[in-house]
Amino acid sequence: MSEEKIKNLEAQFEERIARDEKIEPKDWMPEKYRQTHIRQMSQHAHSEIVGMLPEGNWITRAPSLRRKVALLAKVQDEAGHGLYLYSACETLGISRDEMYEQLHSGKAKYSSIFNYPTVTWADMGAIGWLVDGAAIINQVPLCSTSFGPYARAMVRVCKEESFHQRQGFEIMLKLANGAPEQKDMAQDALNRWWWPSLMMLGPTDAESVHTEQSMKWKLKRKSNDDLRQQFIDQTVPQADLIGLTIPDPDLKWNEERQSYDFGEINWDEFWQVVKGHGPCNKERMAARVGAWESGEWVRDAAMAYSEKQQERKEKQAV
Amino acid sequence: MNNNNLYQYILGIADNSLILGQRLGELTGHGPSLETDIACTNMSLDLFGQVRSYYQYAAKIAGDGRTEDDIAMLRKERNYLNVLLVEQPNTDFAYTMARQFLFDVYHFLFLQELQKSKDLTLSAIANKSIKEVSYHQRFSSDWIKRLGDGTEESQKKMQTAIDDLWRFTDELFHQTDADKSMVSEGVGVDVTKLKDTYYKKISDILEESTLKIPESKYFQKGGKQGIHTEHMGYLLTELQYMQRAYPNMEW
Repeated sequence: MSEEKIKNLEAQFEERIARDEKIEPKDWMPEKYRQTHIRQMSQHAHSEIVGMLPEGNWITRAPSLRRKVALLAKVQDEAGHGLYLYSACETLGISRDEMYEQLHSGKAKYSSIFNYPTVTWADMGAIGWLVDGAAIINQVPLCSTSFGPYARAMVRVCKEESFHQRQGFEIMLKLANGAPEQKDMAQDALNRWWWPSLMMLGPTDAESVHTEQSMKWKLKRKSNDDLRQQFIDQTVPQADLIGLTIPDPDLKWNEERQSYDFGEINWDEFWQVVKGHGPCNKERMAARVGAWESGEWVRDAAMAYSEKQQERKEKQAV
Repeated sequence: MNNNNLYQYILGIADNSLILGQRLGELTGHGPSLETDIACTNMSLDLFGQVRSYYQYAAKIAGDGRTEDDIAMLRKERNYLNVLLVEQPNTDFAYTMARQFLFDVYHFLFLQELQKSKDLTLSAIANKSIKEVSYHQRFSSDWIKRLGDGTEESQKKMQTAIDDLWRFTDELFHQTDADKSMVSEGVGVDVTKLKDTYYKKISDILEESTLKIPESKYFQKGGKQGIHTEHMGYLLTELQYMQRAYPNMEW
């Protein structure tokens, strides 16, 4: 294809996006658009799958049958989101196995928040409330992103995430109103998850490399700092409501901005975890790679069985 | 009718689902594929759903203020009445599926009969559960076939798992005194009558999966009397952790 023709196609493509039309898998798209979407959607899918581990850690120890059932259902939803997102990503011409390979080799990233350990039951509440809360803030704008399969996946994912968030908040509420030991457990979880949750919304705008291009493609509709502010403004009153304290001495309502001012985020910690040196990076990867490797013989068997069945069918037909 | 017999009878049913659900719950996030991960989590979820219905009913029968969670999580090991089969560990995916298959086939036959119970609560639970268990049975049978008739390696692993777990199958058809009394009341299922159909069904699927039907006639028992394998204590330690560490709290 001539350079001129490509430029022409690109111009038409950008116009379609500007008109809020959806781009579908079979449509022509610039290679960079394809690659950016593979990167972001696979990262999102990986986050769902790795995100099953910290919560899965408490399934066998959930404190009541009701909580156990809810937690199982939640982690199952996350697996479902992963499956859905991998499938949406496959429409861009990459296989699920290739995406796994990128995750296992460290080439593809997943949300850093899942590299923190879940050490008490209250962490199940904090993750639902804060981590899913931050995820929703990130994802709601994506329901109208330009790539059709991703936008449609996000509509469904957001509905379930918002249910998870309420469920997490309800766990915290119960603890906060419970025995002193339970309230301490809730406060301790908030203390540990607050700052990593703020980091989840990404580096500050000045340091964010992908923002401008992503804005144009509607992969991003608000800047990281705006999203973070929205999350803080939404979450602080919820903490007040259940009598827990946000672990930030600089947190203060700003009458003029009609928003909360907040303290400095420890970006050194953020980059340390992103680069693979958080408290659980090694464990999470070991769990994923371990499941994949120890499951190889199972997947091989399923493949061999299906081939045999196919052969038998063909023989019968003859 | 003797309420204690009914109470014990309900526990005998529910404890199987509790312990098997707990075992499946250990696997969430660690399955050989995303699809099997979702399926095993889902089976665990179904089983715990059933468990809640049974224990809520048992709590009502006991009438001593204990809740479903007290019954599920605060008994001593000797008072759990599940069969030994369901407490066996997830040694590998072949063991997990073999355990599931050997239980599901029984579970389905059992629920078919429990639907006819004179006890309306039990028959209602059976009615609801059998739909779920029919799916479990299909899922585990399919995996027996895939792994049995898959590769040389998978066949070997599946045969080992079946051979190893076979010794726990006979206990499924034992009756306690409470069981016998509930059968005579028209409430309970006479499991001795399910035995032939069970082994026939199991044998057919093993055969179709190119697996050998174990010939050993030596079986293990004890679960129904609360005498468990050494694995059980560790399973209960996790299951009971929060209730033991933080007594008398609501969650």
